[in-house]
Parts: sequence; C-alpha cells; structure tokens
Amino acid sequence: MKCPILLVAALSIVTVSNAQKFFTKTGKISFDATAPKSPENIDGVNKNSICVIDSKTGDIQFSVLMKGFEFERALMMEHFNENYVESDKFNKTTFKGTITNNESINYSKDGVYPAKVKGKLDMHGQSKDLETEGKITVKAGKVMVAASFVAQFDDFKIVIPQLVADKVAKAAKIIVDCTLDPLAK
Amino acid sequence: MKYSKLYFLGILLTFLVSTGVKVKAQDKDLLDLVDTDKPKKEVVKNAFKSIRVINGHSMEFLSPGTMDFRILHRFGQINIPNTFAGFDQASMRIGLDFGLTRYLQFGFGRSTFKKEYDGYLKLAPLRQSTGHHAFPATIAFVGGITLNSLPYADPTIQNYFSSRLAYYGQVIIGRKFSEGITLQVTPTIVHNNLVPLANQPNDIYAVGFGGRLKMNKRTAFTWDYFYVVNGLQKDANNVPLNYNPLSIGVDIETGGHVFQLHLSNSAGMNERAFITETTGNWEKFDVRFGFNLSRIFQISHKK
Repeated sequence: MKCPILLVAALSIVTVSNAQKFFTKTGKISFDATAPKSPENIDGVNKNSICVIDSKTGDIQFSVLMKGFEFERALMMEHFNENYVESDKFNKTTFKGTITNNESINYSKDGVYPAKVKGKLDMHGQSKDLETEGKITVKAGKVMVAASFVAQFDDFKIVIPQLVADKVAKAAKIIVDCTLDPLAK
Repeated sequence: MKYSKLYFLGILLTFLVSTGVKVKAQDKDLLDLVDTDKPKKEVVKNAFKSIRVINGHSMEFLSPGTMDFRILHRFGQINIPNTFAGFDQASMRIGLDFGLTRYLQFGFGRSTFKKEYDGYLKLAPLRQSTGHHAFPATIAFVGGITLNSLPYADPTIQNYFSSRLAYYGQVIIGRKFSEGITLQVTPTIVHNNLVPLANQPNDIYAVGFGGRLKMNKRTAFTWDYFYVVNGLQKDANNVPLNYNPLSIGVDIETGGHVFQLHLSNSAGMNERAFITETTGNWEKFDVRFGFNLSRIFQISHKK
C-alpha cells in the first residue's frame, strides 16, 4: 500500500514544478528604425506586450499587438500601421522560442543570468528564425527579461518606398524589457 | 492484494495519461494561458487619406493634437483656349484644421473666390469601430459658417453685415467597407442670409456621395459628387446657370504630404461655394484641374 502513496507524492511534485510559469501583460517592447538622415527619431514603444516563460522547459513566448505601439507623432503611428506593418492584416507579432541555456538559470534564486534564446519571429506574415542573447534577472520572485536584436525589414517583406529610403533605416533595433510575475495556476 | 494491484495500475495509468497530456500542453501555445482578453474597441482609421474627400468633408478625423495645413488650388477651365489648359488662372484656399479628440475637429480657411472666410466644427457621436461595442459606420455632424468679404455690391444702400454670412450643416454617414473601398453619404443644407434674386431659395438642400478606391498603399482613386435638390438656377432662356459639383481625383501619399489631384467642374472650395455656385458643365468639359496639398503637423506631444 505504500507504493500508491509514493506515486501520488511523486506526481504532485512533478505538477508543482511544471506549474512554474511566469508571465506579464504589460511588457515593454520598443523599436528604433532611425536612419542617419532621418529628420526625426523613428521609434515606437508597446507597453502592453505579453510574455510567458515556462521555467521548467525554458520555453519563452512573446505576443505584441501592432496597433499598441505608441509614437510621439500621430502621423508616424498611422503610417506605421497602414503602410509598413499593415496592422489590419497582420495584427500581432509573436516570438516563440526556447532559452537554450535554461538549466543554468535558477528561477527560485535571486541573481542575474545570461540567457541565450532561439526561436521563430512571426511578423507581417513572415516567419524568421532568430537567435539572440539577453539577460534574465530573478528578483523577489519576479523574472525580468532584457534583450535586444535587429530585424531586417527585407526578411519580413516590410517595404520602405524609394521616396523615403534614406530617411528610414533598413532594419529595426528591437529592445525587450519585460518584468514577469509567477503565473498562478 | 488483488484490489491494491488494481489501484496501483489505476494510479500508474493516471500518471501516464497526465504526463502525456502535460507534454501535449507544452507543445501548445503558452500565450493562450494568458492572452484571454477580448479585443478592445478600436476606431477604424484611414477610411480616407485626408479630411476632405476632394471638396467635401470626409468621414476621416485628424488625430488628436495634430494640425493639418492645407493649400488648395483650382485652375481655370481646361476648355478655354489659349490659357494653357486653364493654368493661366488660379483660385486658392489656404486653411488650417485641428484635431482635438478622436471625435472632434475644427478648421478655418480663406478662399480667393469672393475673398471668403470659412470655419467649421465637426463632431462624430459615433465612429466606425471594431472589437468590443463595435459600430459599422461613422456618423458625424458638421456645422460651418462662411463670410464673404468683398466690398458691398451697392454701397449706396443700407448694407448689413449679416448679408455676408452663410451657414451650412451636414451629416456624414460613411463606412470603410474594406481596406480598398470607402463610401459615404452627406446630406447637407446651405443657408444663405442673402440671395441675389427674390426667386432664389435661401435654404439649399444637397446630398453628397463620396468615395474612394484604394489602388495601392499610397494612391487612391476618389470621387466627390453633390446632388443639389432645390438650388440649381436657370436664366430667362432656361439655360442652367449652375450645376451639381462633381470631382474625380487621385490621392497620393508621399509620407510627409498628401496630394489630392483632381478634375472638377467647381471652382469653390467651401461648402457654400461649391454647392451653390458651381458653374461648370461636365458635358461641355467645363472642368478644371485642381489640387489639395495637405501636411500634418504634430502640435501637442504626449511625452
């Protein structure tokens, strides 16, 4: 009769560690596509990015509503949505990947851990493999994710018209800054 | 013993099934765990590239905190000989429009024709939107006033300032049917405080039909027609003096500017002028080339 009890115990341990997921719905993801000849800064920030990490498997996923990007100039926001990323057609950009060095990150111990991430970025109807390095900071039960990478517009079929070709960069630097809370489930 | 063996097997089975399910759940989208919000209400934007279809107001509003600087030109009639297709003459309107909120906009301008000033307020109780509490169309109201500043025609009589004024009211009902097609209907009333002849009505009713076909990201084909219900005048020989204004054109967006190039039988650039004083006849090709140039400036900053 001891065996079943042990099994139940083992099962519950597995369940507990599996449930260790972190998430946010207010992550900050910004981009910068300013070219040397740009008459003004071309940048936007989305403060409602969704990010989920499964600390057990190292899975990391992001989802960003394109219409949620805020700009200093309303016209730039309109052009961004209508002409460049076509938000009505492709409303979300997602990234689905894994932290390849997940075993070296202790999500229950405060500290700063370098993280390598590999996955797929889906934007503007195009999918592209992406690999980047970032930083995961564990502090007081929260997980902070910081990373940056460059997305070439060509790869995502985002067309910069000839007329403004020297005023917009050919790629955007994307900066990720998210603070994740434990997911209670 | 037999009983406990069965029990053991049962637990083992549950364990296997549950781990199996878990493995499957991990393949599934992690985002689905948290991305449970319903889509928010979102106003449909870019129904037109500009706040005017060509002559008439469009269902589009300026973004809050922006100013639209508009320079409008109407050249002479193309079919008048020796005028370089009308380019020898030009009539213009210069104007500023301001977006206050997503639902409120105002503007003013001055035209060469009759040295006329005009101003308006445009308010949308409902805008076409998607998501939560979606609404299929934009319904907006425009109220405007025009002021003729020419010298009085007859200075020997008692003239009243009010005779310089005219008013217009308009309802805009429009819908962006798809990325490519936008249509709108605009019932309009124009009230002239003073009309030249006793048999002319002071209140003129018209219905506008405007639309656009987007050809690609940066160009669109537009048309703007007003059917004048009761105000078209004829002379003693029953020859029409004025016509329903019809304009057809192309919108080109260059990034910083929107150019609206068009052909129109109307020279007027405010509601009173183009609804009640369009003298060109399309059938005789009494049309003019014209353009609207719009540049939007950000005048209030969020940050």
